[in-house]
Amino acid sequence: MSKQSTPLRLFWAEFRENRIAVIALVVVVLLILLALLASVVSPQNPYDLANLSLMDSRRPPGFVGSGGYTHILGTDPQGRDLLSAIFYGLQISIQIGLAAGLVSLTIGTFLGITAAYVGGRIEALIMRLVDLQLSFPAILLALVIVALLGQGKAQLIGALVAAQYAYFARTAYGAAKAERGKDYIEAAVATPLSTRLVVMRHLLPNCTPPLIVVATVQIANSISLEATLSFLGLGLPVTEPSLGMLISNGFPYMMSGRYWISVYPGVALIILIVAINIVGDQIRDQFNPRLRR
Amino acid sequence: MSAFLTVDDVSRVFGPNLNTGEKIAARLGAQVETRSVRAVSDVSLTVSKGETLGLVGESGCGKSTLGRLMAGILAPTSGTVLIDGAPVMVNGVKATTRVQTVFQDPFASLDPRMKVGDTVSEGPIAHGLTTRAQAKAYVAGWFEKVGLDPGWTDRFPHQFSGGQRQRVAIARALAMQPDMLICDEPVASLDVSIQAQIINLFLELTRDLELTTVFISHDLSVVQHVSDRVAVMYLGRIVEVGPVAQVFNNPAHPYTDALFGSVPKLVLDADELVHFDTITGEVPSPLAPPSGCYFHPRCPLATPVCSSDVPCMQSLPDMRTVACHHFKEQFAKSFGKAG
Repeated sequence: MSKQSTPLRLFWAEFRENRIAVIALVVVVLLILLALLASVVSPQNPYDLANLSLMDSRRPPGFVGSGGYTHILGTDPQGRDLLSAIFYGLQISIQIGLAAGLVSLTIGTFLGITAAYVGGRIEALIMRLVDLQLSFPAILLALVIVALLGQGKAQLIGALVAAQYAYFARTAYGAAKAERGKDYIEAAVATPLSTRLVVMRHLLPNCTPPLIVVATVQIANSISLEATLSFLGLGLPVTEPSLGMLISNGFPYMMSGRYWISVYPGVALIILIVAINIVGDQIRDQFNPRLRR
Repeated sequence: MSAFLTVDDVSRVFGPNLNTGEKIAARLGAQVETRSVRAVSDVSLTVSKGETLGLVGESGCGKSTLGRLMAGILAPTSGTVLIDGAPVMVNGVKATTRVQTVFQDPFASLDPRMKVGDTVSEGPIAHGLTTRAQAKAYVAGWFEKVGLDPGWTDRFPHQFSGGQRQRVAIARALAMQPDMLICDEPVASLDVSIQAQIINLFLELTRDLELTTVFISHDLSVVQHVSDRVAVMYLGRIVEVGPVAQVFNNPAHPYTDALFGSVPKLVLDADELVHFDTITGEVPSPLAPPSGCYFHPRCPLATPVCSSDVPCMQSLPDMRTVACHHFKEQFAKSFGKAG
């Protein structure tokens, strides 16, 4: 009994019942693998300008270029093989999404739990700041920060974190506030255990379920936010195109029939975000006791 | 009889927790509750080494708050709680491991994400009573003492029944090797059949480990069974303290009398329905307690002095103290009933 019923095993058993969620999970894993192995699976290195030929630019899917191989999804205005560019773009998008998600998870959780556990003035200060920030659209805040900090991966991640930590802070605060009043926290305090032990060993682990849910959704959000910023020309440098920038690159040609330059990166982005969201939804449903049978 | 735990003139006031917005609203005349509750009011009490003190009263009378004050979970607003002469709390932080607590609801008092073995061992490890390496054997020893299979330390709380969980909670308290145990309604949320097991376990353990115990309960028969002395609380004040037999058989306080009178009893050969003397009226709101003796609006013996003066604790010859202006009349009444 003890072997089969660890919380993780139970969780997986329930997750497996939703076939769509499993497919979405497989897609997410597959896309992450493709992103990680971009340099291996891509027919071309789109960052290496020596590999690119302007003669090959804006060619439709199926075109055999000067490199001697078929451009399955066509090429973009710089003559990059779109399939390769999408793999590399996925890599950058996932990298930035994960980094921004995890950093804002850490910062937001720290702030939220501190506010809930310490209470008083600090609680009021942190949570009002969070409220204030949530009243601005995230994209506006990110735009301002990128405009101030300039372009680059670190700056972009910084902007996404600044736009998103507030969601984590509020989730962590709500969860911690609810857990804080429970007897097992009181029992730990009454032992007595140090505040550090109470928070790290009891409060934090019991606040994780909602945080995991928000984290999955927010990683998808930061990927799309990054794509939006890149589309608007505020993301990464042109030499390292993310999915958003690929879409943006193809945008001027949409009306001239060269749809593939924008559409295929867009499809990749949609598949990635939808798959992450389906997985996130399933996790949320499983953590929500009201939806449990 | 030396006092092991001393509760000296302790009060605990719970103020309304107003945030800035509510404070402004209150200033502007909105209906915001700004009164505070005196959950425990000027309580003095001693518990001797090795004795079991029962703490009884209706819900909301402050017995759990008093228990938390004694256990060092809450800091008193005024007064001090001393254990063996040393304060239980220093600057709002619990300063001793000698008093441990068993909580009412074993479904809430165990961390659902922690193996029960870790729950029991983390306190002793943090306080150097055992080492990480020996923790498993240490916990297994305590599991055995409270009647749990020592092989169950790797399980999670949800794999246990209520009674088993309460045993885990007891093991957690005892693993800290305390001299004193505060039990806050430890059997109230258990099935009756399990209650008996847990109570017997308590009696066994307090005897074997020579523990001093405060047993909080609203179940008078349980208190009568386990306690040496009993303290009766009403609206945050202690009205009567004394040895169980005296307090139960001839109460010196009208409230104690009324409280025990409302316990249903089986009467053999009763020709008609047995009538219970219920206490008239409602428990007053602790937000606005009555003047003088808190019990006077409901008291059958009340006279004008009861509504003006707070009765002080008076010692009776039979090792009992009572806070009532008319304890002599009450005394005569209960003896008359007993005889």
